[in-house]
Parts: sequence; structure tokens; C-alpha cells
Amino acid sequence: MFSNFDFDVIARSWPYLFKDGMSFTLMLTGLATGAGIVLGTLLALMRLSKFVVLQKFAATYVNIIRSLPLVLVIFWFYFLLPYIGQWALGSERPMAVGAFMSALVTFSMFEAAYFSEIMRAGIQAVPRGQFAAAQALGMRYHQVMGHIVLPQAFRAMTPLLLTQSIILFQDTSLVYVLSLTDFLGAASKVAQRDGRLVEMYIFAALVYFVISFGASMLVKRLQAKIAVR
Amino acid sequence: MNYKWNWGILFEVSPEGKGTYLELLLSGLMWTLTTAFFAWLIALLLGVTIGVLRTLPSRAGRLVGNTYVEFFRNIPLLVQLFLWYFVLPELVPERFGDWLKQLPNAAFYNGVLGVGLFMSARVAEQVRTGIESLPVGQRMASTALGMTTAQTYRYVLMPMVFRIIFPPLTSELLNTIKNTSVALTIGLMELTARARSMQEFSFQVFEAFTVATLLYLVTNMIVTILMRRLEKSIAVPGYLGTSATVVVH
Repeated sequence: MFSNFDFDVIARSWPYLFKDGMSFTLMLTGLATGAGIVLGTLLALMRLSKFVVLQKFAATYVNIIRSLPLVLVIFWFYFLLPYIGQWALGSERPMAVGAFMSALVTFSMFEAAYFSEIMRAGIQAVPRGQFAAAQALGMRYHQVMGHIVLPQAFRAMTPLLLTQSIILFQDTSLVYVLSLTDFLGAASKVAQRDGRLVEMYIFAALVYFVISFGASMLVKRLQAKIAVR
Repeated sequence: MNYKWNWGILFEVSPEGKGTYLELLLSGLMWTLTTAFFAWLIALLLGVTIGVLRTLPSRAGRLVGNTYVEFFRNIPLLVQLFLWYFVLPELVPERFGDWLKQLPNAAFYNGVLGVGLFMSARVAEQVRTGIESLPVGQRMASTALGMTTAQTYRYVLMPMVFRIIFPPLTSELLNTIKNTSVALTIGLMELTARARSMQEFSFQVFEAFTVATLLYLVTNMIVTILMRRLEKSIAVPGYLGTSATVVVH
């Protein structure tokens, strides 16, 4: 069955696949995870704050983003960002936004909604008494959050945050719709150039599988470590 | 902003000649819903089977079930769709492969299959969690009463499990609807694809995406409301209505 397959195409395109493609994918995953967690934590804090406007804003944002397919959100930001840039800089023409930048903003904003749900659960899991005790000691809001609540929430939620970032890693493959050269984009370009769709897509599936499966095994081990205290 | 809004574009006839742009978007919504419906059927059927398999006493059964779930969970949906669409026809006997390639609506069938299988792994995970959340005593009591494994599942465990996992299954259903949009990469003309093609033909980007966004939001809302109603009528008395938040998409 595999007799007329040319697995050499993988060896030939190795540097392109990994140096161009995979490094794009990993960089996007890493940066978007970082930005997504920061934004997500801010959204969670807004949602749990006593200001109704902030609560409403964060809830609406999270619910809308979570109701939309990522592909649609990718298109939205791709077309919207140049106008937002123009408006922010007050320039005359829509700003030219690089493809990587566009993808990074999209994934950070999109995943922030999901990260915020995790962080909200983490913050709510910290006993209320701790908040009250810290306030009784004269701590201000940012001190209570920064020194007492958030460190515990982060620690408890680390496995979930990491699991979400594995999902994010898989989701970055969707930049395919913008014809960017992430790992899948690179594989697909080689596949079409050399007419080797079967080999390239099987290989791509294998690589995604090995990374995601390996990472989720590590998360499981970490989870077991955190759980037993 | 020097973007020129033109909402009237929605009522202009599209160059594809099959009605106005608005009708085009609505037909996209129909494809989204149809694809999601059949994909959800596959996801439920396979997901429940695999989920049960993973809780059986049989070691081989658990191994098969776990392998299945890990396979579908660790490969991006987009790559899975490519596997079914581009790779599968080349791996099967040539005549069958050619038949597959010439199938009318191939994107639709592949979308249903791909999204269905992808979601079935998630459903299987929910089913397994649901079964494992039941007190062990129930299984033991059934065995003590002389029930076979099949009877235990049919009459004791599953009736509870379905009611317990209903809320997380609702969010998986919503995920199924959203995930059909990935099938635009293999040429399925669902809602997002329609919005994209409207943008290409008319250059009215934001009108197209706004309408698509609203259609997704309304769909989401209707499904959620219907499922909440159903959820209330089948909720097990004494159990908390909502189970742990499921953070997936």
C-alpha cells in the first residue's frame, strides 16, 4: 500500500517544516498563552469585581467570544486590526498589520475568554475568609489579590491552564485560513508543491499527536504532584 | 475610519446568481446546522459506545477506548479533516477511492464524518467521567442482584449518567456547531465560508462578518435555551443542576 509513497519528501523539507513552520507555531502558542493568561486574569478580576460595569463588560466579552467559532474570529481580527491601528494612531490609511502580529492578537484575545473562565474558577476556589482576613490586616485590593489570592489560584489552576494551552497549540493550525506558514501551513505548501498530500498530512498529524500527547502526559504527572500534598 | 458601511448590500443580488447576499448567508447557516446535526449524531453514538468501553472491566476494551480518545484528542481538527478528505481516498482500494473523490457534496460528508469523530472523543470523555462519578456501590449492588454487566449498564448506570452529563453535553453540542466552521477549509459552504465569500465578492467585510456573528449568537442562544428547558425536566432530584464547568471549545 505504501509502495508508491515518497517519504523522502519529509527529509527533504525538514528544515522548512521545523525551522519555519514549527517555530512559528510554537512562538505563536507561547506568546498567545502568556498574553491570553494575563488578559484572562484581568477579565476574571473584572468579572468578580464590585463594579457592575466591569462585570457586565467582562461577562459579555467572554460569552460572545465563546459563542463564536475561532475561524470567524480569525477573519474578524484579520480585517479589523488595520482599522483599529489606524484609529489608535490617528493615521490616514489603515495600518499594515503583519500576519504574525494579526494571528498573535487574535489568539490572545480569543483564548483570554477561555483562560478567564479557568482563572475565575481558581479565584473563587480560594476561601472567602482569606480575603477578609487580608483586608482585616489592612491590605489593599491589589495586595490581597497579588500576594494572597492570585498565587493560590494560579497554583491550583496550573494543570487546567496548561491543558488549555495544548488546545491552543492545536488551534494555531487554523491560521491555515490566512495562508500563514505555521507547521501545518508549511506541510501543506510542500504537499501541494510536490504533490505529496498523503505523506505530508500523515506526517503532520503524527507530529501534532506526539507533541500534544507528550505534553498532556506531562500535565497529568504535574497534576498528580500538585494533588498530593 | 474610512470604511464605507453599506448595509443595503445584504439585499443586493450576489454574483453567484442564487439570491441576495443575505439569502446566501442564511443558506450557509443551514449548512452549518445540517452538518452539525449529523456530526452530533455520530458523536453521540460513537461517544457513548467508547465512553462505556472505557469503564468496562475488560482490559482490552479500556485500551481500545483510551487509544481512540487519545488519537482524536491530540490531532487538530483541521488536520483530521485533511486526513479524511485528502488522505483516506488514497489509502483505500483505487476504485473505492475514485468513487470517494467524485462523490457530490464530498465536503459535506467529510465535514460530518470529521467533526463527528472529533467530537465523539470529547463525548466519550464526558460519558466516562459521568459513569465514574457514580458511587461504586451501584455497580456492586447490581452485581449482587445477579445482573449481568450489560444489564447493569442498561438499567442502573446509563439512565443516571445521561441525566448527569446533560449540561456538559450541551456545551459539546455548541462546540459541534462552532467546529463545523473548520470544514470551510475543505470547501464546505457553511456560514463562515459564506461570510468570507461575501467579503470577497462585495468588499463589504464588516457587514458580512457582523451578520454571521449575529447568526452564530442567535443559534447559540436558541440551543442553550432549549437545552436548559430539557435539562430541568430530566434533572435528577437531589443532584446539583450544573456540573463542573467544562473549558473546551
